Amino acid sequence: MPAVTETIETVQSVTDSGYKWGFETDIEMEFAPKGLNEDIVRFISAKKNEPAWLLEWRLRAFAAWKTMEEPRWAAVKYPPIDYQDSYYYAAPKQKAGPKSLDEVDPELLRTYEKLGIPLREQEILAGVEGAGGTPAEGRMPVAVDAVFDSVSVATTFKGRLEKEGIIFCSISEAVQNHPDLVRKYLGTVVPQGDNFFAALNSAVFTDGSFVYIPKGVRCPMELSTYFRINAKGTGQFERTLIVADAGSHVSYLEGCTAPMRDENQLHAAVVELVAMDDATIKYSTVQNWYPGDAEGRGGIYNFVTKRGACRGARSKISWTQVETGSAITWKYPSCILQGEDSVGEFYSVAITNNYQQADTGTKMFHIGPRTKSTIVSKGISAGHGQNTYRGLVRIGAKAHGARNFTQCDSLLIGDLCGAHTVPYIENRCLSAKVEHEATTSRIAEDQLFYCRQRGLSEEDAVGLIVNGFCREVLKELPMEFAVEAQKLLQISLEGSVG
Amino acid sequence: MLRIEGLTVEVEGKPILNGVDLEIPTGEVHAIMGPNGSGKSTLSYVLSGREGYEVTGGTARFNGQDILAMEPEERAAAGLFLAFQYPVELPGVGNATFMRTALNAQRKARGEAELDAMQFLKLARERMKALSMSDDMLKRGVNVGFSGGEKKRNEILQMALLKPALAILDETDSGLDIDALKIVAEGVSAMRGPGFSALVITHYQRLLDYIVPDRVHVLMDGRIVKSGGPELAKELEAQGYAAFQAAA
Amino acid sequence: MTAAAQTGAAGFLARFEGLKDHLPGARRPWLNAMRAEAAVHFAARGFPTRRVEQWKYTDLAPVAQASFAEPLTMVQGALALPPANAPHRAVFVDGRFRADLSTMDGLAYRAGGLAQDLGAAEPFLGALAKPESEPLAALNTMLFEDGLFIDLPEGVDGGLLELVSVAVDPGRPFAFHPRHLVRLGAGARLTLIETAAGRGQCLHNPVFEIAVAEGAAFTHGRMLQEEATIFHLSTIYATIAAGGTYDNFTVAAGPRLTRNEIHAALTGPGAACHMNGAQMAADGQHVDTTTSLDHAAPGCASRQTYKTVLAGRSRGVFQGKIHVHRVAQKTDGYQMNQALLLSEEAEIDSKPQLEIYADDVKCSHGATVGALDADSLFYLRSRGIPEAQAKAMLVEAFLHEAVETVTDDTLRTALTRALDAWWVRQGRAA
Repeated sequence: MPAVTETIETVQSVTDSGYKWGFETDIEMEFAPKGLNEDIVRFISAKKNEPAWLLEWRLRAFAAWKTMEEPRWAAVKYPPIDYQDSYYYAAPKQKAGPKSLDEVDPELLRTYEKLGIPLREQEILAGVEGAGGTPAEGRMPVAVDAVFDSVSVATTFKGRLEKEGIIFCSISEAVQNHPDLVRKYLGTVVPQGDNFFAALNSAVFTDGSFVYIPKGVRCPMELSTYFRINAKGTGQFERTLIVADAGSHVSYLEGCTAPMRDENQLHAAVVELVAMDDATIKYSTVQNWYPGDAEGRGGIYNFVTKRGACRGARSKISWTQVETGSAITWKYPSCILQGEDSVGEFYSVAITNNYQQADTGTKMFHIGPRTKSTIVSKGISAGHGQNTYRGLVRIGAKAHGARNFTQCDSLLIGDLCGAHTVPYIENRCLSAKVEHEATTSRIAEDQLFYCRQRGLSEEDAVGLIVNGFCREVLKELPMEFAVEAQKLLQISLEGSVG
Repeated sequence: MLRIEGLTVEVEGKPILNGVDLEIPTGEVHAIMGPNGSGKSTLSYVLSGREGYEVTGGTARFNGQDILAMEPEERAAAGLFLAFQYPVELPGVGNATFMRTALNAQRKARGEAELDAMQFLKLARERMKALSMSDDMLKRGVNVGFSGGEKKRNEILQMALLKPALAILDETDSGLDIDALKIVAEGVSAMRGPGFSALVITHYQRLLDYIVPDRVHVLMDGRIVKSGGPELAKELEAQGYAAFQAAA
Repeated sequence: MTAAAQTGAAGFLARFEGLKDHLPGARRPWLNAMRAEAAVHFAARGFPTRRVEQWKYTDLAPVAQASFAEPLTMVQGALALPPANAPHRAVFVDGRFRADLSTMDGLAYRAGGLAQDLGAAEPFLGALAKPESEPLAALNTMLFEDGLFIDLPEGVDGGLLELVSVAVDPGRPFAFHPRHLVRLGAGARLTLIETAAGRGQCLHNPVFEIAVAEGAAFTHGRMLQEEATIFHLSTIYATIAAGGTYDNFTVAAGPRLTRNEIHAALTGPGAACHMNGAQMAADGQHVDTTTSLDHAAPGCASRQTYKTVLAGRSRGVFQGKIHVHRVAQKTDGYQMNQALLLSEEAEIDSKPQLEIYADDVKCSHGATVGALDADSLFYLRSRGIPEAQAKAMLVEAFLHEAVETVTDDTLRTALTRALDAWWVRQGRAA
């Protein structure tokens, strides 16, 4: 059974109820002094032994951040964040650079095991049950980069991938071993000054994943990064950069969890994707950050900037996301469709239950001719949740023959929640065609009764109907995630009906 | 077996069933006929556990169990099946997925082994062949875009798969042409046997030519006013409900 | 600096200081207080800039940078009025009621100039407008001189009434801000056909306050056909009580900048609102329809269908917000906005918005943008119709589709004529 689908079963046996990933890992940690100032930025850069150009890059970002104002236009409400009241560097103490998994703190490995993330390649290749499937069974293993708090702890299958010329490692490592590549692309899709949280991230990011697929190579396995925020009072600022050279193909999975806490934690990540001629990048996220308790206390603030540049002709970038966690979600994975005939896709399921708030959507910028974008957004609101879809489709004057299709559907469960749609459609090109549709619905009593009469419990009935509602999106997820996503949906809606 | 005694039911404060007494021994098929407003659908909904139907008196026991105290899915696992008059649509939910999930939920509740996808598919295909249904019914969304006849056949297919001990057919014949009617009747007849009881609720006598009941009851003003053998249905057809109104 | 030299908001505020003791109702304390408060709101915000969300796509800089004076006190000479559509018509010149040009005899309800009837209007004037939220409504409250005041008693069927507004060019920039009050008693009915015409560098800033009582039905057809030097910024506030209906149909095809802003609230069960329109623009023109529909009661229905056609270097905007309150179960809301681009330099911006707090609702919206359908064009040409004519047929069909829903024959004819007039002015060229 693929690695991540083990997550639910494994962890369910570890914890009692509620948020299954809420445990804490007891491990020795190293912290930077609390607060955010230029010294901290230098501290982080020094800790990671970065070259001068990167330190300069960070400092420019920090300078920009100081002049910027936190954006307040999203339809989400949260108390002011004190940026000085947080640690910006929290790393598990270990020897400099583990050469192999044997050198990684066993406690850390146990955490990932608990989460069902296989870090032992041997186990995977030997076909140990639950460890990820074997090529012999026809199921591909998944290469995993494990990030614990702000630091990448281990990346599996690096050797195997290197044989194809594929680079999959932490950004810290990429800066050391492939500085030219990193320098060439970092910040070219999301510039430091792009927005408040991107600037913050550019200044204090500690790690993330770096992927480079060479020309014509089809990555033989799914690549995955598993983020885990563990330490108290820290913010997580990871930075991911994926570059797919001409004719290459890669599918990348991002999964995240965090322990339960009373106070909120900030997650401000930046993801940059670059696709050259005829390249394809598929980026899937199943986000299950701690959503806060049933009364709305605690929970992760998920403010992320994700952007893909379809630079090459006929390139394609697909974003697929299932968002069920985090107290507040603010993210708009976007595509810049520059190359002619390039394609951008966005498939999303976002759930808000209890007191969660989500303001999420996508931006598609059509610049080149005959570019195409498809947006399918399914929002589910339950409890007191407030779910807003905010989308922008901008068609430039030169995007002749461009096409966009948008479908946003909202499902409301109960009468205390809200579902909102705010699409912006800006079209400057006469030969472009834009179509947008939005509907609102609910789970009808009749539908629930029909399922129950057939033997399904009320919760199972809701799960079944919700999955039916999200089907178009769920079928875009890689197999590894699809099953987990379905179960996640069900768990997230527990207690929402009746 | 099903035993209903003195059942009174209100809907939005209005009394609809005013003391229903009914006994269906195991292995028998009973028909209930009555004019519109007599409470036929109310009876089927209150037995299956739909919300909005308030039992104000009386009892209903199925194989000794007090079903009125059970949740709808518990009644289903206990062997109760309702073929809806107006089956609802479940967009995006595949027909096969739905039926397999329901079947396994009931099996689990009864402590039986669940079926995997392959086993279920085999079983489903067998049943569908008997009902002259094509494979693609399995892939479509539950009742989505189905014609009236297709919806009713889908109900019968579910019944054939779930193998209930007591099937309540709520005006299954409404809106069907003769061919569809025959298929539905054959589906029900195929289930007849010592372990199966059915309550066929119908307005018209026609269906009962194909599903010959063991007993026929006439429901009027929320009460059973007359019971008899299959010939009672023909009597009704000849004389109309008015004649029985006088007897009530 | 003299009042005449000040521009934009400051200019208007200065003019208000100079005029407030001479405006109609200057001896009524309640009206003075209302105007003064509006001035405070206007001073606080000024003209909205593009940083204000609701004005993101429409730039009021040309208005904010200009200096507008009052219209001429007396308009001499004969006036060319548009042809009559109904037996009764109220004519306003530069925002002032002209009894001599109107035909109002024999009306079974009160209808006339607001300025002469302020006493009767007191309970209603300002009840619905929101100067604190909309700066243009604040400006109107400050400086309105007159307007149409209609009050239909219960059960009265007012038939058809025309409202004609003409702007007369005094040779310098001028502005007028009519305040129109429409009240329908329970079960009353009225169809109002409104035409706006005129020339000169003018800011026409009308505000409508419309109250439709239980079971009443108000149909409001608007043809905004002023010349391409005019800024037409209208704001309509309408509340519809249980079982009532408000049908608004607007054709915007003429002014340099048209802002058709409607705030409608359905306040009682079973109320309905249908807002439809066609907005067209060609070189240098900008059309903007911004609607905000509040479902504040259960079981209400709303329908909005707007079509935009853009030729030459022009810009069209559609912003439509539907807000379904928590109590508004069984809402049935539908909104569709379609845009047709006829040139490479046209731009359409559309923002259909849904804010939903109730779950048992049927709410959907759709938006399409594109050029003339290539398949349809080919079909016509394959039947022998020359390209230019084929294009014209398709554009006409697109526009006429918009008026199909209008049930009143007179109104539909008038609206169709307005649509065709615009298309003819484009030389029927794509």
